[in-house]
Amino acid sequence: MTAAIIIQSLASGLLMGLLYGLIAVGLALIFGLMDVTNFAHGEFLMFAMYVTFFCFTFFALDPLLSAPITAAVLFAFGAMVYMLIVRFAMRAKTNVGMVQIFATFGLAIVMRGLAQLLFTPDYRSIPTTWLGGKTVEIAGIYLPAPQLAGGAVSILAFGLLWVLIKRTDFGKALEATREDAGAVALVGIDRNKVFALGWGLGSALVGLAGAIMASFFYIYPDVGASFALIAYVTVALGGFGSVFGAFAGGIVVGLVEATTAMILPPSLKAVGIYAVYLLVVFFRPRGLFGSI
Amino acid sequence: MSTNAFTARRKRQLAIGLVILVLVACLPLGITDVYTLNILILTLMYAGLSQSWNILGGYCGQLSLGHALYFGLGAYTSTLLYTKAGVLPWFGMIAGGIIAGIIALIIGRACFKLAGHYYVIATIVVAETGLLLFHNWTWAGAATGIELPIRQDSWLYFQFARNKLPYFYFVLVFAALTWLITWKIENSKWGYWWRAVKDNPEAAESLGVQVFNSKMAAAALSAFLTAIGGAFYAQFVAYIDPESVMIFQFSLLMALPAVLGGIGTLWGPVLGAAILIPLTELTRTFMGGSGKGIDLIVYGCLIMAIALARPDGLMGLFTRRKRSAA
Repeated sequence: MTAAIIIQSLASGLLMGLLYGLIAVGLALIFGLMDVTNFAHGEFLMFAMYVTFFCFTFFALDPLLSAPITAAVLFAFGAMVYMLIVRFAMRAKTNVGMVQIFATFGLAIVMRGLAQLLFTPDYRSIPTTWLGGKTVEIAGIYLPAPQLAGGAVSILAFGLLWVLIKRTDFGKALEATREDAGAVALVGIDRNKVFALGWGLGSALVGLAGAIMASFFYIYPDVGASFALIAYVTVALGGFGSVFGAFAGGIVVGLVEATTAMILPPSLKAVGIYAVYLLVVFFRPRGLFGSI
Repeated sequence: MSTNAFTARRKRQLAIGLVILVLVACLPLGITDVYTLNILILTLMYAGLSQSWNILGGYCGQLSLGHALYFGLGAYTSTLLYTKAGVLPWFGMIAGGIIAGIIALIIGRACFKLAGHYYVIATIVVAETGLLLFHNWTWAGAATGIELPIRQDSWLYFQFARNKLPYFYFVLVFAALTWLITWKIENSKWGYWWRAVKDNPEAAESLGVQVFNSKMAAAALSAFLTAIGGAFYAQFVAYIDPESVMIFQFSLLMALPAVLGGIGTLWGPVLGAAILIPLTELTRTFMGGSGKGIDLIVYGCLIMAIALARPDGLMGLFTRRKRSAA
């Protein structure tokens, strides 16, 4: 194996890792805000991919153009899921953890069933996109344009998120609510509104990821499952609740996956990710950047 | 509650258990069609599996979503011993239980210091790793799986190709045994330790409870029993591959009845399985054939509805009524 191939694989791994980070960050945001793990996160991703697909089929919109639409649809969907389901799951006084797991897991099954019913179990793909099939050469490394754009979108999204959290009133409300959801009511912040917006924002981020992925992955009702586990591992690796831990976690997962694929048979590439997760939490039980 | 009332309640539980056992044992007298018997067998199997899960997940409070690994280890150990070395499934079953128990101890050694979601995800990750390894392990059939050779219908080989009734009685004993073990545990040193560990590990530790050892014991027992269920399942379906015995859905299906029925309660897993498994099978039969996902929609709505409406499980209905009556 030459150095060029290794660098090539690691570069692809890095791009994939940026996407993993983008998929996972919504999960981390919601968890950090209210200690809820969305077990339907993979299905949110699947939904976003279908939205992008239908934007292309019906309105001939390129995934790059429809990405904001997908994000907006997912924003509304996420806020709705909070208002209709999660809000009630949080009222449970006993077994709070399990109630949340199974309420969102039930939602995941319903979404998969609905996707089968409405969109059929067929594998779909977006045949022609602006960037599809193009590659970009950087210093002898060839990178596929869609993935490169995905990485750029991911970095951009994380940048905006950072500004949003650190520099705006909404970000302050978000921070305050995650610190003490009871006390914020005293200063006139509507807890439910912040939570709903948090769910909307987290879902919009996974919507963005779905829009990018729709251009180079097959789209089918179960597509979320394989990415969901990676998203949970990414979030845990970075440290639950840490938004920028998810970013770092995503990059680590992407690089580890690329490295494992070079050493082990491709069907075992996830084993490397799992092993690294176990190794990290063995030494740092709160993940890389977790503080809670 | 006074000691006497407590003992009386435990005796009453045992009596109720015995009555239900006898009633269920009589069911095949009235039921002859294979389809219904099949549902009964699966219901009892999940009652037993969920009861086993409940020991670690419910009583000890370590929410494992990786029990599919132990189930699969049980299925694979007994099947491999039988097909490769001719060892009778009965010994294979015990061997599978012991291997699963040892693996659970190794996993516990590494993972029990993790809390909350970090632990849950670790259990999923370990089980998925097992799934991938079995997928690529050629000697163990890899992705193609292993078919159990049909010899003859006998208890010796624990194989009944024509009449499934013996499986029903075995799995009834399995469910009853896991129930009895849980009943016994409720009033044992371990039972109290586990609940203390679940409620407040720091306080338990300060009172002299060996938190880590408690978790290890619960994990080993839970894994052992789960693997017995796995070995049974392999005999019952006579064909296993990684997808059919080790996928994540199994982990959920083991936790779900306990959660729906009442997590960390004696009757929760039984009640949960008695409702959930027939419903799952019936929706699959009557609505799943179309391949349109309606069965999934119904099933998912059901899970959501129960989780939201009865956060402490269906057993909460009984305890609440009792409390208001007292």
